[in-house]
Amino acid sequence: MLSMTMMPAAIVNGLMFGAIYALVALGLTLIYGVLHIINFAHGALLMLALYATFYLFSLAGIDPYISLLIVVPGSFFFGYALYRWGIGKLAHGRDQNILLITLGLAIVFENGALFFFSADQQTIDVPYAYESLDLGFVFLALPKVISFFASLAICLLLWLLMAKTDMGKAIRAVAKERQGARLVGINVEHVFALSYGIGIACLGAAGCLLLPSFYVDPSTGNIFVIIAFTIVVLGGMGSFVGALVGGFIIGITESVGGLYLGESLGQIGISVIFILILLFRPTGLFGSKV
Amino acid sequence: MAVRTALFLAALLVLALIAPLLIANRFLIDVLTLILFSAFLGQSWNILGGYAGQFSFGSVVFFGTGAYTSSILLMTFGIDAWIGAIAALFAGAAVGAFVGFLSFRYGLRGSYFALITLAFAEVFKVLANSVEFTGGGIGIFIEHEPGLARLQFDDPAGYYYIALALTVVSLAIAWWLERSRFGAYLKAIRENEEAAEALGVNAFRCKMYAIMISGAMGGVGGTFYAQKFLYVDPPIAYGVATSVEMLLVSIVGGMGTVFGPLVGAFVLHGVNEVTRHYIETPGLSLIVYGLILIAIIGYLPNGLIGLFKGRPRPKEAEDA
Repeated sequence: MLSMTMMPAAIVNGLMFGAIYALVALGLTLIYGVLHIINFAHGALLMLALYATFYLFSLAGIDPYISLLIVVPGSFFFGYALYRWGIGKLAHGRDQNILLITLGLAIVFENGALFFFSADQQTIDVPYAYESLDLGFVFLALPKVISFFASLAICLLLWLLMAKTDMGKAIRAVAKERQGARLVGINVEHVFALSYGIGIACLGAAGCLLLPSFYVDPSTGNIFVIIAFTIVVLGGMGSFVGALVGGFIIGITESVGGLYLGESLGQIGISVIFILILLFRPTGLFGSKV
Repeated sequence: MAVRTALFLAALLVLALIAPLLIANRFLIDVLTLILFSAFLGQSWNILGGYAGQFSFGSVVFFGTGAYTSSILLMTFGIDAWIGAIAALFAGAAVGAFVGFLSFRYGLRGSYFALITLAFAEVFKVLANSVEFTGGGIGIFIEHEPGLARLQFDDPAGYYYIALALTVVSLAIAWWLERSRFGAYLKAIRENEEAAEALGVNAFRCKMYAIMISGAMGGVGGTFYAQKFLYVDPPIAYGVATSVEMLLVSIVGGMGTVFGPLVGAFVLHGVNEVTRHYIETPGLSLIVYGLILIAIIGYLPNGLIGLFKGRPRPKEAEDA
């Protein structure tokens, strides 16, 4: 009956982690929604963002939350450039090539990190790492609470950006109808790169928010790749609300599954949800079309 | 087949057959063995992904199931590996049928099919990690008792000949696909499934056959791997890396072609071995590998085979 009393704690913890998952998935779903490709470099790029945060802290003493101001724009420009002058140019407009090139990039980034930063796991030691919030039935580590609310805020910002600005309008137009968008004078290549950049900027934010309560090594990103795919499919490919809700569902599934089935078998819940959603509702919870 | 091509292939086969007699270096034979093995696994992917157009990102699931099947039969029940290989063949085909039935019955295509295969591999990995009879996270160690019945050898040439035989069989299957009605059905499904169905092709059945053939090949590959490296654990058996390698050798070489996976395996492994030989720092050789991979995909959209065929690049609309 231990697990019954731990249940609420597990759910809240799952929500906390789910917010970060949502942020990672948000970038992936945006890139999918606009470019119609699966970005296999997603995990590797998250890993790079984590390293950027790590080195800003350990070399320059910049707090991870302050780093948001540097890492997020940096990630955006990196993503923009990577697509505009790398992926987009090499892919010749073939979706399948984009997928493989992102796969190749993942190999390059991961081994680049191995080469430059070594395989050691790195963590940072911030003064508030062990401060916690007492909710009565559960103690929550402060970094997790911060990352939870920050993730929500970023999701809201992204939604505003997409719904209220001209840039957002252009991105949505390209996502719906490339040819038509081109005809009305939208620079489609620019919009593709913008979307990729924004997607990577989400990873930058996730990196900054994650590091205080997590670690980084060259293969960290892989932990998040399949989870992020699952969330994107669960929520509906291209749907922001879906990514957010999906992130929470997966976060809770993982933490409750771990509680009942143990660390190893607990992960199966995510994959099973993934398969069931693909089979019975491939449009996801909030998706509109396959 | 043109006479010249036939002669060239025959010469190549003879050369492959006598290679172990010419090469004294054990390491080099090992490298060749791995290249052939990779070409075989690549061909298994190629039949499903290249010919039938069903892009799988989890083909390792067949490989891993085969590896576990024969290893468990051998170490728990003492059944020789050559029987294990046959069991692995059927196990691989069965997993193919299972994954294929669910995915194709529910009409999953493109990215969705890729993702569900990835998820199945992940489920199998978690299961293999959690249940008793696979040895859990510790895996299965296989005793080394050389003998043909156990498909284990002291001389690396033994493994080499098995890998060569597997590759030749896989090439024969692809060659058969090139000129059989079934192969034509698969290509029709790849190009346009609705149109193929309208012309009377039973797409579901054809895709099922394709994934079962692919699965059977992957299963046998798993047995070979287990008997060569004498160890299986969940990350080896069901890790994403092998799935990726299978599709990379096919795509880099040229997917939907008979010799694509072989050419791709030679080039990718060649690049890998050479860079590893000259660059000893960890990571750097794989960086070079990744960059070359990107370059090949970026500049040779039809794979390396496209270079030999001299066929003009199919022009694709930018907004496909």
